[in-house]
Amino acid sequence: MTAAVSDSTIRLAPPARARRLRARIDTRLAGYLFLLPWLVGFFCLTLGPTLSSLYLSFTDFNLLQSPRWIGVQNYVRMFFADPRFWGAVKVTLVYVALSVPAKLLFALGVAMLLDKGIRGLTVYRALFYLPSLLGASVAIAVLWRQIFSADGVVNGVLALFGYTGPSWISTPSTAIYTLVLLSAWQFGSPMIIFLAGLRQIPQDLYEAASMDGASKWRQFRRITLPLLAPVIFFNVVLQTIDAFKAFTSAFIISGGTGGPIDSTLFYTLYLYEEGFGNFRMGYASAMAWVLLIAIAASTAAAFLTSKYWVFYEDDGKR
Amino acid sequence: MRVRARRRALWKHALLVTASLLMLYPLLWMLASAFKPEHLIFSDLSLWPAEWKWTNFSQGWNGLSASFTQFYLNSFLVAGLSVAGNLMACSLAAFAFARLEFPLKRLWFVLMLGTLMLPYHVTLIPQYVLFLKLDWVGTFLPLVVPKFLAVDAFFIFLMVQFFRGIPRELDEAAMMDGCGPWRIYWKILLPLSTPVLATAAIFSFIWAYDDFFGPLVYLNDVHRYTVPLALRTFVDDTGRSDWGPLFAMSVLSLVPLFAIFLFCQRFLIQGIAMSGLKR
Repeated sequence: MTAAVSDSTIRLAPPARARRLRARIDTRLAGYLFLLPWLVGFFCLTLGPTLSSLYLSFTDFNLLQSPRWIGVQNYVRMFFADPRFWGAVKVTLVYVALSVPAKLLFALGVAMLLDKGIRGLTVYRALFYLPSLLGASVAIAVLWRQIFSADGVVNGVLALFGYTGPSWISTPSTAIYTLVLLSAWQFGSPMIIFLAGLRQIPQDLYEAASMDGASKWRQFRRITLPLLAPVIFFNVVLQTIDAFKAFTSAFIISGGTGGPIDSTLFYTLYLYEEGFGNFRMGYASAMAWVLLIAIAASTAAAFLTSKYWVFYEDDGKR
Repeated sequence: MRVRARRRALWKHALLVTASLLMLYPLLWMLASAFKPEHLIFSDLSLWPAEWKWTNFSQGWNGLSASFTQFYLNSFLVAGLSVAGNLMACSLAAFAFARLEFPLKRLWFVLMLGTLMLPYHVTLIPQYVLFLKLDWVGTFLPLVVPKFLAVDAFFIFLMVQFFRGIPRELDEAAMMDGCGPWRIYWKILLPLSTPVLATAAIFSFIWAYDDFFGPLVYLNDVHRYTVPLALRTFVDDTGRSDWGPLFAMSVLSLVPLFAIFLFCQRFLIQGIAMSGLKR
Protein backbone atom coordinates (compact mmCIF):
# COMPACT_ATOMS: atom_id res chain seq x y z
CA MET A 1 0.00 0.00 0.00
CA THR A 2 2.73 2.47 0.99
CA ALA A 3 4.85 1.35 -1.93
CA ALA A 4 2.02 2.07 -4.34
CA VAL A 5 1.60 5.54 -2.90
CA SER A 6 5.28 6.48 -3.16
CA ASP A 7 5.39 5.13 -6.74
CA SER A 8 2.62 7.39 -7.77
CA THR A 9 4.31 10.37 -6.12
CA ILE A 10 6.91 10.39 -8.86
CA ARG A 11 4.34 10.54 -11.57
CA LEU A 12 2.31 13.33 -10.00
CA ALA A 13 1.79 16.42 -12.09
CA PRO A 14 3.33 19.61 -10.62
CA PRO A 15 0.10 21.14 -9.27
CA ALA A 16 -0.68 17.87 -7.53
CA ARG A 17 2.82 17.74 -6.08
CA ALA A 18 2.44 21.25 -4.75
CA ARG A 19 -0.83 20.26 -3.20
CA ARG A 20 0.82 17.27 -1.61
CA LEU A 21 3.58 19.45 -0.18
CA ARG A 22 1.03 21.80 1.24
CA ALA A 23 -0.78 18.82 2.73
CA ARG A 24 2.45 17.76 4.40
CA ILE A 25 3.01 21.19 5.88
CA ASP A 26 -0.61 21.11 6.95
CA THR A 27 -0.20 17.87 8.88
CA ARG A 28 2.91 19.23 10.57
CA LEU A 29 1.01 22.30 11.57
CA ALA A 30 -1.94 20.13 12.51
CA GLY A 31 0.33 18.04 14.73
CA TYR A 32 1.27 21.11 16.73
CA LEU A 33 -2.29 22.39 16.80
CA PHE A 34 -3.53 19.11 18.26
CA LEU A 35 -0.67 19.12 20.73
CA LEU A 36 -1.17 22.75 21.70
CA PRO A 37 -3.16 22.29 24.95
CA TRP A 38 -0.67 19.73 26.18
CA LEU A 39 2.29 21.91 25.18
CA VAL A 40 0.89 24.90 27.05
CA GLY A 41 0.24 22.69 30.08
CA PHE A 42 3.67 21.11 29.83
CA PHE A 43 5.53 24.41 29.78
CA CYS A 44 3.35 26.44 32.13
CA LEU A 45 2.25 23.81 34.64
CA THR A 46 4.92 21.12 34.57
CA LEU A 47 8.33 22.09 33.19
CA GLY A 48 8.23 25.72 34.32
CA PRO A 49 7.09 24.94 37.86
CA THR A 50 9.54 22.04 38.15
CA LEU A 51 12.49 24.28 37.33
CA SER A 52 11.10 27.08 39.41
CA SER A 53 10.72 24.83 42.45
CA LEU A 54 14.33 23.77 42.00
CA TYR A 55 15.25 27.45 42.15
CA LEU A 56 12.95 28.08 45.12
CA SER A 57 14.58 25.21 46.99
CA PHE A 58 17.69 27.37 47.24
CA THR A 59 15.81 30.36 48.58
CA ASP A 60 14.03 31.62 51.62
CA PHE A 61 10.49 32.30 50.43
CA ASN A 62 7.40 33.04 52.46
CA LEU A 63 5.04 34.13 49.66
CA LEU A 64 4.88 37.73 50.89
CA GLN A 65 8.42 38.83 50.11
CA SER A 66 10.19 37.79 46.95
CA PRO A 67 12.47 34.75 47.25
CA ARG A 68 15.88 35.39 48.80
CA TRP A 69 18.81 33.23 47.65
CA ILE A 70 20.34 31.31 50.56
CA GLY A 71 22.30 28.63 48.72
CA VAL A 72 22.04 25.12 50.10
CA GLN A 73 20.88 26.22 53.54
CA ASN A 74 17.47 24.55 53.17
CA TYR A 75 19.14 21.26 52.41
CA VAL A 76 21.65 21.68 55.22
CA ARG A 77 18.90 22.42 57.69
CA MET A 78 16.87 19.48 56.41
CA PHE A 79 19.63 16.93 56.73
CA PHE A 80 21.48 18.19 59.79
CA ALA A 81 19.24 20.39 61.89
CA ASP A 82 15.67 19.20 61.51
CA PRO A 83 14.75 16.16 63.61
CA ARG A 84 11.13 16.41 62.38
CA PHE A 85 12.32 15.90 58.83
CA TRP A 86 14.09 12.68 59.79
CA GLY A 87 11.06 11.68 61.82
CA ALA A 88 8.89 12.13 58.75
CA VAL A 89 11.34 10.16 56.63
CA LYS A 90 11.30 7.34 59.14
CA VAL A 91 7.51 7.26 59.40
CA THR A 92 7.20 7.22 55.62
CA LEU A 93 9.79 4.49 55.16
CA VAL A 94 8.16 2.33 57.82
CA TYR A 95 4.82 2.87 56.11
CA VAL A 96 6.22 1.96 52.69
CA ALA A 97 8.12 -1.05 54.02
CA LEU A 98 5.07 -2.47 55.82
CA SER A 99 2.09 -1.46 53.71
CA VAL A 100 3.43 -2.40 50.28
CA PRO A 101 4.35 -6.03 51.13
CA ALA A 102 1.21 -6.49 53.25
CA LYS A 103 -1.03 -5.23 50.50
CA LEU A 104 0.68 -7.25 47.78
CA LEU A 105 0.69 -10.46 49.83
CA PHE A 106 -3.05 -10.16 50.40
CA ALA A 107 -3.55 -9.30 46.76
CA LEU A 108 -1.56 -12.27 45.51
CA GLY A 109 -3.06 -14.68 48.03
CA VAL A 110 -6.64 -13.83 47.20
CA ALA A 111 -5.89 -13.71 43.48
CA MET A 112 -4.52 -17.27 43.69
CA LEU A 113 -7.64 -18.42 45.50
CA LEU A 114 -9.81 -16.78 42.86
CA ASP A 115 -7.92 -18.13 39.89
CA LYS A 116 -8.75 -21.36 38.08
CA GLY A 117 -12.38 -20.88 37.26
CA ILE A 118 -13.81 -20.69 40.74
CA ARG A 119 -17.57 -20.25 40.81
CA GLY A 120 -18.70 -16.72 41.59
CA LEU A 121 -15.38 -15.19 40.55
CA THR A 122 -16.92 -11.91 39.44
CA VAL A 123 -18.85 -11.51 42.69
CA TYR A 124 -15.80 -12.18 44.87
CA ARG A 125 -13.65 -9.97 42.72
CA ALA A 126 -16.14 -7.13 43.05
CA LEU A 127 -16.43 -7.52 46.82
CA PHE A 128 -12.69 -7.58 47.37
CA TYR A 129 -12.25 -4.64 45.05
CA LEU A 130 -14.78 -2.37 46.73
CA PRO A 131 -12.52 -1.19 49.62
CA SER A 132 -9.90 -0.31 47.05
CA LEU A 133 -12.33 1.95 45.21
CA LEU A 134 -13.64 3.70 48.31
CA GLY A 135 -10.63 3.49 50.59
CA ALA A 136 -8.80 6.64 49.57
CA SER A 137 -11.73 8.90 50.36
CA VAL A 138 -12.12 11.16 53.35
CA ALA A 139 -15.23 9.22 54.42
CA ILE A 140 -13.24 6.03 54.96
CA ALA A 141 -10.54 7.89 56.88
CA VAL A 142 -13.30 9.24 59.11
CA LEU A 143 -14.56 5.70 59.59
CA TRP A 144 -11.06 4.48 60.47
CA ARG A 145 -10.76 7.24 63.04
CA GLN A 146 -13.83 5.91 64.80
CA ILE A 147 -13.07 2.20 64.44
CA PHE A 148 -9.66 2.52 66.10
CA SER A 149 -10.60 5.07 68.74
CA ALA A 150 -10.72 4.19 72.45
CA ASP A 151 -14.36 3.13 72.36
CA GLY A 152 -14.43 2.18 68.71
CA VAL A 153 -15.41 -1.02 66.95
CA VAL A 154 -12.05 -2.75 67.31
CA ASN A 155 -12.04 -2.35 71.05
CA GLY A 156 -15.69 -3.35 71.10
CA VAL A 157 -14.75 -6.65 69.49
CA LEU A 158 -11.73 -7.08 71.77
CA ALA A 159 -13.94 -6.45 74.80
CA LEU A 160 -15.92 -9.55 73.83
CA PHE A 161 -12.74 -11.49 74.57
CA GLY A 162 -12.17 -9.62 77.79
CA TYR A 163 -9.38 -7.39 76.51
CA THR A 164 -9.43 -3.64 76.99
CA GLY A 165 -7.62 -2.08 74.06
CA PRO A 166 -6.07 1.39 74.00
CA SER A 167 -7.08 4.18 71.65
CA TRP A 168 -5.13 2.88 68.70
CA ILE A 169 -5.06 6.16 66.83
CA SER A 170 -3.92 8.28 69.75
CA THR A 171 -1.21 5.95 70.99
CA PRO A 172 2.05 6.93 69.27
CA SER A 173 3.34 3.38 69.02
CA THR A 174 0.23 2.00 67.30
CA ALA A 175 -1.13 4.90 65.22
CA ILE A 176 1.00 4.13 62.17
CA TYR A 177 -0.20 0.52 62.09
CA THR A 178 -3.81 1.60 61.74
CA LEU A 179 -2.73 3.39 58.57
CA VAL A 180 -0.80 0.36 57.34
CA LEU A 181 -3.91 -1.71 57.89
CA LEU A 182 -6.02 0.82 56.02
CA SER A 183 -3.64 0.54 53.08
CA ALA A 184 -3.51 -3.26 53.19
CA TRP A 185 -7.31 -3.32 53.28
CA GLN A 186 -7.25 -1.77 49.81
CA PHE A 187 -5.55 -4.72 48.15
CA GLY A 188 -8.28 -4.94 45.49
CA SER A 189 -6.63 -3.20 42.60
CA PRO A 190 -3.28 -5.02 42.72
CA MET A 191 -5.37 -8.19 43.10
CA ILE A 192 -7.09 -7.42 39.80
CA ILE A 193 -3.70 -6.94 38.15
CA PHE A 194 -2.50 -10.25 39.60
CA LEU A 195 -5.62 -12.00 38.36
CA ALA A 196 -5.00 -10.72 34.86
CA GLY A 197 -1.40 -11.89 35.13
CA LEU A 198 -2.30 -15.35 36.44
CA ARG A 199 -4.65 -15.83 33.53
CA GLN A 200 -1.70 -15.48 31.15
CA ILE A 201 0.06 -18.52 32.60
CA PRO A 202 -0.67 -21.56 30.43
CA GLN A 203 -2.62 -24.21 32.36
CA ASP A 204 -0.79 -27.12 30.72
CA LEU A 205 2.37 -26.15 32.61
CA TYR A 206 0.61 -27.00 35.87
CA GLU A 207 -0.87 -30.17 34.39
CA ALA A 208 2.53 -31.34 33.22
CA ALA A 209 4.06 -30.48 36.61
CA SER A 210 1.46 -32.36 38.61
CA MET A 211 1.83 -35.37 36.29
CA ASP A 212 5.50 -35.32 37.24
CA GLY A 213 4.44 -35.29 40.88
CA ALA A 214 5.38 -31.71 41.75
CA SER A 215 3.71 -30.49 44.93
CA LYS A 216 1.49 -27.39 44.94
CA TRP A 217 4.17 -25.41 46.71
CA ARG A 218 6.76 -26.46 44.18
CA GLN A 219 4.43 -25.52 41.34
CA PHE A 220 3.97 -22.12 42.93
CA ARG A 221 7.70 -21.61 43.33
CA ARG A 222 8.72 -22.94 39.93
CA ILE A 223 5.86 -21.89 37.67
CA THR A 224 3.66 -19.21 39.18
CA LEU A 225 6.31 -16.98 40.74
CA PRO A 226 8.73 -16.83 37.81
CA LEU A 227 6.00 -16.32 35.23
CA LEU A 228 4.27 -13.73 37.36
CA ALA A 229 7.49 -11.86 38.14
CA PRO A 230 6.89 -9.03 35.63
CA VAL A 231 3.45 -8.42 37.11
CA ILE A 232 4.78 -8.52 40.67
CA PHE A 233 7.46 -6.07 39.65
CA PHE A 234 4.90 -3.74 38.11
CA ASN A 235 2.77 -3.84 41.25
CA VAL A 236 5.72 -3.26 43.56
CA VAL A 237 6.84 -0.18 41.65
CA LEU A 238 3.33 1.24 41.38
CA GLN A 239 2.44 0.67 45.02
CA THR A 240 5.76 1.93 46.33
CA ILE A 241 5.45 5.22 44.47
CA ASP A 242 1.90 5.55 45.75
CA ALA A 243 2.88 4.80 49.32
CA PHE A 244 5.55 7.50 49.25
CA LYS A 245 2.87 9.98 48.27
CA ALA A 246 0.22 8.95 50.81
CA PHE A 247 -1.49 11.93 52.38
CA THR A 248 -5.25 12.01 52.85
CA SER A 249 -5.80 9.19 55.33
CA ALA A 250 -2.95 10.29 57.62
CA PHE A 251 -4.13 13.88 57.43
CA ILE A 252 -7.72 13.04 58.40
CA ILE A 253 -6.93 10.43 61.01
CA SER A 254 -4.42 12.64 62.79
CA GLY A 255 -6.62 15.71 62.44
CA GLY A 256 -4.10 17.36 60.13
CA THR A 257 -1.25 17.26 62.63
CA GLY A 258 0.57 14.01 61.89
CA GLY A 259 0.18 13.26 65.60
CA PRO A 260 0.21 11.83 68.19
CA ILE A 261 3.73 13.22 68.70
CA ASP A 262 4.51 13.07 64.98
CA SER A 263 4.02 9.31 64.81
CA THR A 264 1.95 9.64 61.61
CA LEU A 265 3.74 12.67 60.23
CA PHE A 266 4.12 11.42 56.69
CA TYR A 267 6.62 13.12 54.47
CA THR A 268 3.88 14.73 52.39
CA LEU A 269 2.12 15.92 55.54
CA TYR A 270 5.25 17.62 56.78
CA LEU A 271 5.80 19.14 53.35
CA TYR A 272 2.28 20.52 53.37
CA GLU A 273 2.66 21.85 56.89
CA GLU A 274 5.94 23.59 56.10
CA GLY A 275 4.67 25.04 52.82
CA PHE A 276 1.12 26.00 53.63
CA GLY A 277 1.08 26.06 57.43
CA ASN A 278 4.37 27.81 58.16
CA PHE A 279 4.78 29.37 54.70
CA ARG A 280 8.34 28.14 54.38
CA MET A 281 7.90 27.61 50.69
CA GLY A 282 11.58 27.41 49.89
CA TYR A 283 12.00 24.65 52.42
CA ALA A 284 8.92 22.83 51.15
CA SER A 285 10.28 23.03 47.60
CA ALA A 286 13.54 21.53 48.77
CA MET A 287 11.57 18.73 50.43
CA ALA A 288 9.66 18.15 47.20
CA TRP A 289 12.92 17.78 45.30
CA VAL A 290 14.27 15.33 47.84
CA LEU A 291 11.04 13.35 47.45
CA LEU A 292 11.40 13.39 43.66
CA ILE A 293 14.97 12.13 43.93
CA ALA A 294 13.98 9.45 46.45
CA ILE A 295 11.17 8.19 44.22
CA ALA A 296 13.35 8.30 41.11
CA ALA A 297 16.18 6.51 42.92
CA SER A 298 14.01 3.76 44.32
CA THR A 299 12.33 3.23 40.94
CA ALA A 300 15.72 3.09 39.26
CA ALA A 301 16.94 0.64 41.90
CA ALA A 302 13.90 -1.53 41.28
CA PHE A 303 14.58 -1.55 37.55
CA LEU A 304 18.28 -2.27 38.01
CA THR A 305 17.76 -5.17 40.37
CA SER A 306 14.85 -6.45 38.31
CA LYS A 307 17.12 -8.24 35.88
CA TYR A 308 18.07 -10.63 38.66
CA TRP A 309 14.57 -11.63 39.55
CA VAL A 310 12.25 -10.60 36.74
CA PHE A 311 12.41 -12.67 33.59
CA TYR A 312 10.35 -11.72 30.60
CA GLU A 313 9.10 -14.51 28.44
CA ASP A 314 10.49 -13.04 25.24
CA ASP A 315 14.00 -12.72 26.69
CA GLY A 316 15.14 -15.81 24.83
CA LYS A 317 14.34 -14.28 21.49
CA ARG A 318 16.60 -11.31 21.94
CA MET B 1 -11.60 -37.96 44.00
CA ARG B 2 -14.65 -35.96 43.06
CA VAL B 3 -15.74 -35.79 46.66
CA ARG B 4 -12.33 -34.52 47.69
CA ALA B 5 -12.35 -31.88 44.98
CA ARG B 6 -15.80 -30.75 46.03
CA ARG B 7 -14.81 -30.58 49.65
CA ARG B 8 -11.80 -28.49 48.73
CA ALA B 9 -13.94 -26.11 46.71
CA LEU B 10 -16.30 -25.83 49.66
CA TRP B 11 -13.44 -24.93 51.99
CA LYS B 12 -12.22 -22.37 49.53
CA HIS B 13 -15.62 -20.76 49.31
CA ALA B 14 -15.97 -20.76 53.09
CA LEU B 15 -12.61 -19.00 53.36
CA LEU B 16 -13.47 -16.45 50.68
CA VAL B 17 -16.90 -15.69 52.12
CA THR B 18 -15.44 -15.20 55.60
CA ALA B 19 -12.68 -12.99 54.23
CA SER B 20 -15.03 -10.83 52.21
CA LEU B 21 -17.43 -10.42 55.13
CA LEU B 22 -14.54 -9.41 57.35
CA MET B 23 -13.45 -6.87 54.76
CA LEU B 24 -16.86 -5.45 54.17
CA TYR B 25 -17.83 -5.34 57.83
CA PRO B 26 -16.42 -1.83 58.43
CA LEU B 27 -18.33 -0.50 55.42
CA LEU B 28 -21.58 -2.14 56.45
CA TRP B 29 -21.11 -1.00 60.01
CA MET B 30 -20.67 2.58 58.86
CA LEU B 31 -23.80 2.27 56.75
CA ALA B 32 -25.75 1.00 59.76
CA SER B 33 -24.26 3.61 62.09
CA ALA B 34 -25.45 6.38 59.80
CA PHE B 35 -28.95 5.46 60.99
CA LYS B 36 -28.15 4.90 64.65
CA PRO B 37 -28.64 7.34 67.49
CA GLU B 38 -25.49 8.54 69.19
CA HIS B 39 -25.51 6.21 72.17
CA LEU B 40 -25.71 3.17 69.92
CA ILE B 41 -22.84 4.05 67.61
CA PHE B 42 -20.26 3.45 70.27
CA SER B 43 -21.78 0.52 72.05
CA ASP B 44 -23.32 -1.44 69.23
CA LEU B 45 -21.39 -3.68 66.85
CA SER B 46 -24.46 -4.94 65.04
CA LEU B 47 -25.19 -4.18 61.42
CA TRP B 48 -28.86 -3.54 62.06
CA PRO B 49 -29.79 -0.39 63.97
CA ALA B 50 -31.91 -1.24 67.02
CA GLU B 51 -33.36 2.25 66.83
CA TRP B 52 -33.57 4.27 63.65
CA LYS B 53 -32.60 7.89 63.74
CA TRP B 54 -33.37 9.38 60.35
CA THR B 55 -32.61 12.91 61.48
CA ASN B 56 -28.87 12.12 61.26
CA PHE B 57 -29.22 12.88 57.60
CA SER B 58 -31.05 16.19 57.87
CA GLN B 59 -28.77 17.29 60.71
CA GLY B 60 -25.66 16.36 58.76
CA TRP B 61 -26.90 17.88 55.52
CA ASN B 62 -27.28 21.29 57.16
CA GLY B 63 -24.58 20.82 59.78
CA LEU B 64 -22.13 23.37 58.41
CA SER B 65 -22.57 26.98 57.50
CA ALA B 66 -23.29 25.98 53.92
CA SER B 67 -25.46 22.97 53.13
CA PHE B 68 -24.37 19.78 51.45
CA THR B 69 -26.51 20.75 48.45
CA GLN B 70 -23.87 23.37 47.78
CA PHE B 71 -20.98 20.97 48.41
CA TYR B 72 -22.38 18.38 46.03
CA LEU B 73 -22.98 21.00 43.34
CA ASN B 74 -19.38 22.15 43.76
CA SER B 75 -18.04 18.61 43.66
CA PHE B 76 -20.01 17.69 40.58
CA LEU B 77 -19.04 20.91 38.84
CA VAL B 78 -15.34 20.31 39.48
CA ALA B 79 -15.55 16.62 38.60
CA GLY B 80 -17.67 17.24 35.48
CA LEU B 81 -15.32 19.90 34.16
CA SER B 82 -12.34 17.68 34.94
CA VAL B 83 -13.85 14.89 32.89
CA ALA B 84 -14.57 17.23 29.98
CA GLY B 85 -11.11 18.74 30.13
CA ASN B 86 -9.29 15.44 30.31
CA LEU B 87 -11.29 13.93 27.47
CA MET B 88 -10.76 16.86 25.15
CA ALA B 89 -7.17 17.79 25.84
CA CYS B 90 -5.81 14.27 26.27
CA SER B 91 -7.51 12.86 23.20
CA LEU B 92 -6.22 15.76 21.06
CA ALA B 93 -2.67 15.17 22.24
CA ALA B 94 -3.04 11.41 21.89
CA PHE B 95 -4.26 11.81 18.32
CA ALA B 96 -1.22 13.90 17.47
CA PHE B 97 1.13 11.31 18.98
CA ALA B 98 -0.62 8.31 17.45
CA ARG B 99 -1.45 9.57 13.97
CA LEU B 100 0.29 12.77 12.89
CA GLU B 101 3.85 13.36 11.80
CA PHE B 102 5.58 16.51 12.95
CA PRO B 103 9.07 17.60 13.93
CA LEU B 104 10.31 16.70 17.44
CA LYS B 105 7.42 14.30 17.96
CA ARG B 106 9.60 11.69 19.66
CA LEU B 107 11.07 14.26 22.02
CA TRP B 108 7.64 15.46 23.11
CA PHE B 109 6.46 11.91 23.55
CA VAL B 110 9.38 11.03 25.80
CA LEU B 111 8.85 14.21 27.82
CA MET B 112 5.17 13.36 28.14
CA LEU B 113 6.06 9.93 29.51
CA GLY B 114 8.54 11.60 31.84
CA THR B 115 5.81 13.70 33.43
CA LEU B 116 4.05 10.49 34.45
CA MET B 117 6.82 9.88 36.97
CA LEU B 118 6.82 13.36 38.43
CA PRO B 119 5.25 13.58 41.92
CA TYR B 120 2.88 16.54 42.01
CA HIS B 121 4.65 17.95 45.06
CA VAL B 122 7.43 19.17 42.82
CA THR B 123 5.17 21.50 40.87
CA LEU B 124 2.91 22.29 43.81
CA ILE B 125 4.43 25.48 45.16
CA PRO B 126 5.28 27.27 41.89
CA GLN B 127 1.81 26.36 40.61
CA TYR B 128 0.32 27.82 43.76
CA VAL B 129 2.30 31.01 43.27
CA LEU B 130 1.22 31.16 39.63
CA PHE B 131 -2.45 30.69 40.49
CA LEU B 132 -2.13 33.23 43.27
CA LYS B 133 -0.76 35.78 40.79
CA LEU B 134 -3.62 35.02 38.41
CA ASP B 135 -5.95 35.59 41.38
CA TRP B 136 -7.39 32.10 40.96
CA VAL B 137 -6.80 30.85 44.51
CA GLY B 138 -10.16 30.38 46.18
CA THR B 139 -11.88 29.50 42.89
CA PHE B 140 -12.30 26.19 41.07
CA LEU B 141 -9.97 27.26 38.27
CA PRO B 142 -6.75 25.77 39.73
CA LEU B 143 -8.56 22.45 40.06
CA VAL B 144 -10.05 22.45 36.59
CA VAL B 145 -7.90 24.41 34.13
CA PRO B 146 -4.92 22.00 34.34
CA LYS B 147 -7.23 19.25 33.10
CA PHE B 148 -7.93 21.26 29.94
CA LEU B 149 -4.17 21.43 29.43
CA ALA B 150 -3.77 17.65 29.57
CA VAL B 151 -1.70 17.64 32.74
CA ASP B 152 -2.97 14.14 33.62
CA ALA B 153 -0.64 12.62 31.06
CA PHE B 154 -1.61 9.11 32.00
CA PHE B 155 -4.77 9.44 29.95
CA ILE B 156 -2.77 10.57 26.92
CA PHE B 157 -0.69 7.44 27.19
CA LEU B 158 -3.80 5.29 27.56
CA MET B 159 -5.43 6.85 24.50
CA VAL B 160 -2.30 6.65 22.37
CA GLN B 161 -2.20 2.92 23.06
CA PHE B 162 -5.82 2.57 22.05
CA PHE B 163 -5.59 4.75 18.93
CA ARG B 164 -2.62 2.72 17.72
CA GLY B 165 -4.84 -0.33 17.74
CA ILE B 166 -7.31 1.22 15.30
CA PRO B 167 -6.42 0.24 11.72
CA ARG B 168 -4.66 3.03 9.87
CA GLU B 169 -6.43 2.04 6.65
CA LEU B 170 -9.47 3.83 7.98
CA ASP B 171 -7.70 7.19 8.19
CA GLU B 172 -5.97 6.63 4.88
CA ALA B 173 -9.24 5.92 3.17
CA ALA B 174 -10.72 9.02 4.72
CA MET B 175 -7.70 11.05 3.68
CA MET B 176 -8.19 9.87 0.08
CA ASP B 177 -11.70 11.17 0.32
CA GLY B 178 -10.29 14.53 1.32
CA CYS B 179 -10.72 14.44 5.06
CA GLY B 180 -8.32 16.61 7.04
CA PRO B 181 -6.81 15.57 10.38
CA TRP B 182 -9.56 17.25 12.33
CA ARG B 183 -12.32 15.28 10.63
CA ILE B 184 -10.37 12.05 10.92
CA TYR B 185 -10.01 12.71 14.63
CA TRP B 186 -13.60 13.76 15.16
CA LYS B 187 -15.47 11.52 12.74
CA ILE B 188 -13.37 8.36 12.71
CA LEU B 189 -11.11 7.91 15.71
CA LEU B 190 -13.26 9.31 18.48
CA PRO B 191 -16.40 7.34 17.60
CA LEU B 192 -14.31 4.15 17.49
CA SER B 193 -12.70 4.91 20.84
CA THR B 194 -15.66 4.94 23.20
CA PRO B 195 -14.19 2.21 25.45
CA VAL B 196 -11.03 4.15 26.19
CA LEU B 197 -12.92 7.43 26.46
CA ALA B 198 -15.32 5.85 28.95
CA THR B 199 -12.43 4.50 30.99
CA ALA B 200 -10.72 7.88 31.02
CA ALA B 201 -13.97 9.63 31.90
CA ILE B 202 -14.71 7.29 34.79
CA PHE B 203 -11.25 7.51 36.30
CA SER B 204 -11.08 11.30 35.91
CA PHE B 205 -14.42 11.57 37.62
CA ILE B 206 -13.35 9.38 40.52
CA TRP B 207 -10.02 11.15 40.98
CA ALA B 208 -11.56 14.60 40.80
CA TYR B 209 -14.56 13.78 42.97
CA ASP B 210 -12.39 12.13 45.59
CA ASP B 211 -9.52 14.58 45.48
CA PHE B 212 -8.76 16.05 48.86
CA PHE B 213 -5.37 17.65 48.50
CA GLY B 214 -6.24 20.03 45.64
CA PRO B 215 -9.34 21.49 47.30
CA LEU B 216 -7.48 21.65 50.64
CA VAL B 217 -4.79 23.81 49.08
CA TYR B 218 -6.90 25.97 46.80
CA LEU B 219 -10.35 26.41 48.32
CA ASN B 220 -10.78 28.60 51.36
CA ASP B 221 -14.41 29.71 51.34
CA VAL B 222 -16.94 27.28 52.81
CA HIS B 223 -19.37 28.01 50.01
CA ARG B 224 -16.87 26.69 47.48
CA TYR B 225 -16.00 23.53 49.44
CA THR B 226 -16.22 20.16 47.74
CA VAL B 227 -17.72 17.18 49.59
CA PRO B 228 -14.43 15.69 50.92
CA LEU B 229 -13.32 19.07 52.21
CA ALA B 230 -16.69 19.62 53.88
CA LEU B 231 -16.45 16.24 55.57
CA ARG B 232 -13.08 17.12 56.94
CA THR B 233 -14.40 20.39 58.35
CA PHE B 234 -17.18 18.39 59.94
CA VAL B 235 -14.63 16.22 61.74
CA ASP B 236 -12.78 19.26 63.00
CA ASP B 237 -15.77 21.31 64.01
CA THR B 238 -17.84 18.77 65.82
CA GLY B 239 -16.96 17.16 69.05
CA ARG B 240 -17.62 13.47 69.19
CA SER B 241 -21.25 14.02 69.99
CA ASP B 242 -21.99 14.35 66.28
CA TRP B 243 -20.85 11.00 64.94
CA GLY B 244 -24.31 10.07 63.66
CA PRO B 245 -24.65 13.00 61.23
CA LEU B 246 -20.97 12.68 60.34
CA PHE B 247 -21.42 9.04 59.36
CA ALA B 248 -24.60 9.88 57.51
CA MET B 249 -22.74 12.41 55.37
CA SER B 250 -19.77 10.08 54.96
CA VAL B 251 -22.05 7.37 53.62
CA LEU B 252 -23.73 9.81 51.25
CA SER B 253 -20.34 11.02 50.01
CA LEU B 254 -19.57 7.47 48.88
CA VAL B 255 -22.79 7.11 46.91
CA PRO B 256 -21.44 8.45 43.59
CA LEU B 257 -18.43 6.13 43.81
CA PHE B 258 -20.67 3.23 44.69
CA ALA B 259 -22.92 4.00 41.73
CA ILE B 260 -19.89 3.85 39.44
CA PHE B 261 -18.95 0.57 41.08
CA LEU B 262 -22.40 -0.84 40.33
CA PHE B 263 -22.84 0.38 36.80
CA CYS B 264 -19.37 0.79 35.31
CA GLN B 265 -17.49 -2.04 36.94
CA ARG B 266 -16.35 -3.47 33.64
CA PHE B 267 -14.45 -0.27 32.82
CA LEU B 268 -12.96 -0.07 36.30
CA ILE B 269 -11.67 -3.62 36.19
CA GLN B 270 -10.36 -3.29 32.64
CA GLY B 271 -8.70 0.04 33.38
CA ILE B 272 -6.87 -1.48 36.33
CA ALA B 273 -6.01 -4.81 34.73
CA MET B 274 -4.73 -3.40 31.44
CA SER B 275 -2.87 -0.33 32.58
CA GLY B 276 -2.61 -0.26 36.34
CA LEU B 277 -4.81 2.82 36.67
CA LYS B 278 -4.81 3.84 40.28
CA ARG B 279 -7.72 2.68 42.37
